[in-house]
Amino acid sequence: MIDHHDEAERAMLAQVAEDPRYIDLVRKRSRFGWTLSIIMMLVFFGYISLIAYDKAFLARSAFGGTTTLGIPIGIAVILFAILLTGVYVRRANRHFDPLLRTIRQDAGL
Amino acid sequence: MTARTRLGLILFLLTAPSLAAAHVMSPQPQSATNWPAILMFGAFVLLTLAITRWAARRTRTTADFYAAGGGITGFQNGLAIAGDYMSAASFLGISAQIFADGYDGLIYSIGFLVGWPVILFLLAERLRNLGRYTFADVASFRFRQGPVRLAAAFSTLAVVIFYLIAQMVGAGQLIKLLFGLPYAYAVMIVGVLMTLYVLFGGMIATTWVQIVKAVLLLGCATVMAIAVLAHFGFSLDALFTRAVEVKSGVAAAGGASAAEAAQKGQSIMAPGNFIKDPISAISFGMALMFGTAGLPHILMRFFTVPDAREARKSVLWATGWIGYFYLLTFIIGFGAIVMVATNPAFLDATGALRGGGNMAAVHLSAAIGGDLFLGFVSAVAFATILAVVAGLTLSGASAISHDLYASVVRHGRAGSADELRVSRWTVVVLAAIAILLGIAFEKQNVAFMVSLAFALAASGNFPVLLLSVLWKGCTTRGVVVGGTVGMVVAFVLMILSPAIWVNVLGNAAPIFPYTSPTIFSMPLAFLTIWLVSTLDRSDRAAIDRAAYSEQRVRAETGIAAHRASAH
Repeated sequence: MIDHHDEAERAMLAQVAEDPRYIDLVRKRSRFGWTLSIIMMLVFFGYISLIAYDKAFLARSAFGGTTTLGIPIGIAVILFAILLTGVYVRRANRHFDPLLRTIRQDAGL
Repeated sequence: MTARTRLGLILFLLTAPSLAAAHVMSPQPQSATNWPAILMFGAFVLLTLAITRWAARRTRTTADFYAAGGGITGFQNGLAIAGDYMSAASFLGISAQIFADGYDGLIYSIGFLVGWPVILFLLAERLRNLGRYTFADVASFRFRQGPVRLAAAFSTLAVVIFYLIAQMVGAGQLIKLLFGLPYAYAVMIVGVLMTLYVLFGGMIATTWVQIVKAVLLLGCATVMAIAVLAHFGFSLDALFTRAVEVKSGVAAAGGASAAEAAQKGQSIMAPGNFIKDPISAISFGMALMFGTAGLPHILMRFFTVPDAREARKSVLWATGWIGYFYLLTFIIGFGAIVMVATNPAFLDATGALRGGGNMAAVHLSAAIGGDLFLGFVSAVAFATILAVVAGLTLSGASAISHDLYASVVRHGRAGSADELRVSRWTVVVLAAIAILLGIAFEKQNVAFMVSLAFALAASGNFPVLLLSVLWKGCTTRGVVVGGTVGMVVAFVLMILSPAIWVNVLGNAAPIFPYTSPTIFSMPLAFLTIWLVSTLDRSDRAAIDRAAYSEQRVRAETGIAAHRASAH
C-alpha cells in the first residue's frame, strides 16, 4: 500500500515522526492503553483464578441472604469492563484528541 | 451421557457468542407449525428486504460494498457490533446454561465481554487509521503484500467457514424447533435471505439488519428481565431464593436426600463444574478475551466508521450494550428456573425441557406473554442468526475478492467494478457452500467449530495484528511463519482435545487434556513471530523495519487514513 503514496505525503509523515509533541503523545497514549489493558487482564484472570482455586469463597453469602459473593463480584467485573472503556474514551476525547488536532494542524492538515 | 462429556459438550456449545446450536445437537423432533412466529418472522423478512433495496441503491463502489461507504456513526456501529455479538447463542445458549447450572453461565458472559476493552485500548483506533476494508489491510500494511495477504485470507476463510457451519447447523435445528419447518428448508431459507442481503445491499444492508436485530433483541430481553423481576417485587435475592428452592425441589423429587437436595439447590449460586483445572480455565479465558480481537467479521466493522474517534465510540457503545445484555440474560436464566422448570406445560414426560435445554428462554417468553410473545421471541432468534451469517459471508467474500483477487492476483490494479463483480460471485459461492455444508453436517456434532474459530483467531490473527502494528522489528517472514504456526498448532491441539478427540471422534481419552489450546498456541505464535523476525536478515526485512516509523505515524494520527467515502 505504501507505494501508492506520493512524496509530499511521505515527507510530511517523516516530519510528524520527528515532532516532539507527537513522540510525547504516542508515548503517553501507549502507556495509558497498556496500563488499562493490563488492569483489565488482571481483573479478568484474577476472577478466573478465584473460580479455579477458591470456589468456596464465591459461594459465601454476600448480604446474609441467598445471594452469594460470586454474584456481586461477577456483576462488578462486567460493570468494571464498561467503566474502563468509558475512562479511556473520556481521556482520549478530552486529552489526546486536542493534542492530536494541533499536531495535525501544524503539519498542514 | 457421562458428566464429563456433558460438561465438555455444554462448554463447547456455549463457547460461541454467535452459536445457535447449543444443546440441540441430537436430532430433535419437528414441532407443530408455529403461525404467530412465522407471521412475525415474515414481517421481519419484509423489513430487511426493504432495507436491502434501499441499501442496494447506495451500493455502487467497493467502499460501499465492504465498508458501507464509511458512513456509519459510532453509535450505529456500536449497536451493529453488539448485534454481531449478541447472537441466538448468547440469548438462548447462555440463558439455557444458567437455567441448567446457574452461576456458571455468568462466567461465559464475562469472558465474552472482557475482550472489548482490550480491543479498544490496543487496536481499534489504529485499525481504523491503517485499514480500508479488511484486517489484512492492516496486517500487511508495510509488508510484502502477496504472502501476508495470502496467509490472512486463508485464516479469514478458516475462521469464517467454521463459524458459518456452526451457524447454519444451529439455524436449521433452531428453526425446525421454533417454526416447525423441515431442517433442509430452514437452512436454505437462511442461505438465500443472507445472500440477498449481502449480494445487493453489501455492508450497508448487513449493518442495518444487524442494528434492527440488536434493537429487537435488546428490547425483548429487557421486557423479559423486567417481567421476571416484577414477579419478585424487584428483589434479586427473592428470585435467587425461589430458584434455589425450585432446584432443591427438583433434586428431592429425583430421589435425593434432604441434605443432598439442599446442596444441589444451593449449587446454582456459585461456580460449579465449569472450571475444573486452572490451565483449562486460563486457556479458555484467553481464547475468549483475545479471540474476539482476531475475528475477521468483527474487525471489519471498524472500517465502516469515518475515523478513529467514531471507532472508539463504537467500542464504548458495543461494550455497554453487550454488558447490559449479559446482565439481562442472567436474570432471564434464573427467571426460567422458577417460571419454566415448575410448569408441566413446558416439560416432557421425563421432566426435561420440551424441545431441549436451549428452549429455556423461549418457554419463559411463553410463560410471560403467551403465544404472541413466544412468536415474537422466536422470530427475533431467527433474525439474529440471519444477521450473523450475513456478516460472516461478507467477511469471507472480502478476503477472496479484496485480499486474494485484487491484491495478490491483480497486484492492486483491479478496478472497483471488477473487484465488486468478483466479490458478488464469491458471496454466491460462499452461500452455496454454507447451505451444502449446513445440510451435510445436520447430524454431526459441530459445536466445537466456534470454539475452534475463537482459538484460531486468538492464536493466528491476534498476534499478527498486534505485532505488525506495535512492533518495529516485525518482518514479513515473521508474521507469515508465526501466524501460520499459531493457527496450525491451535488447530492440531484442538483436534486432540476432549471436544473433538473424545466427543466427536469417539476415542476413549484425549491426547491433549485441556479445554482450549490457546494458553500454548497464542504465546507460541508471539514467540515465533519475534524469533523469526529477529533472525530475519533478508533485504525485505530491512524494508519492513524501515517502513515502521511512517506506518506508526499513520496509525497514531490518522494522517492520510483511508476514508471509505473518498473513493
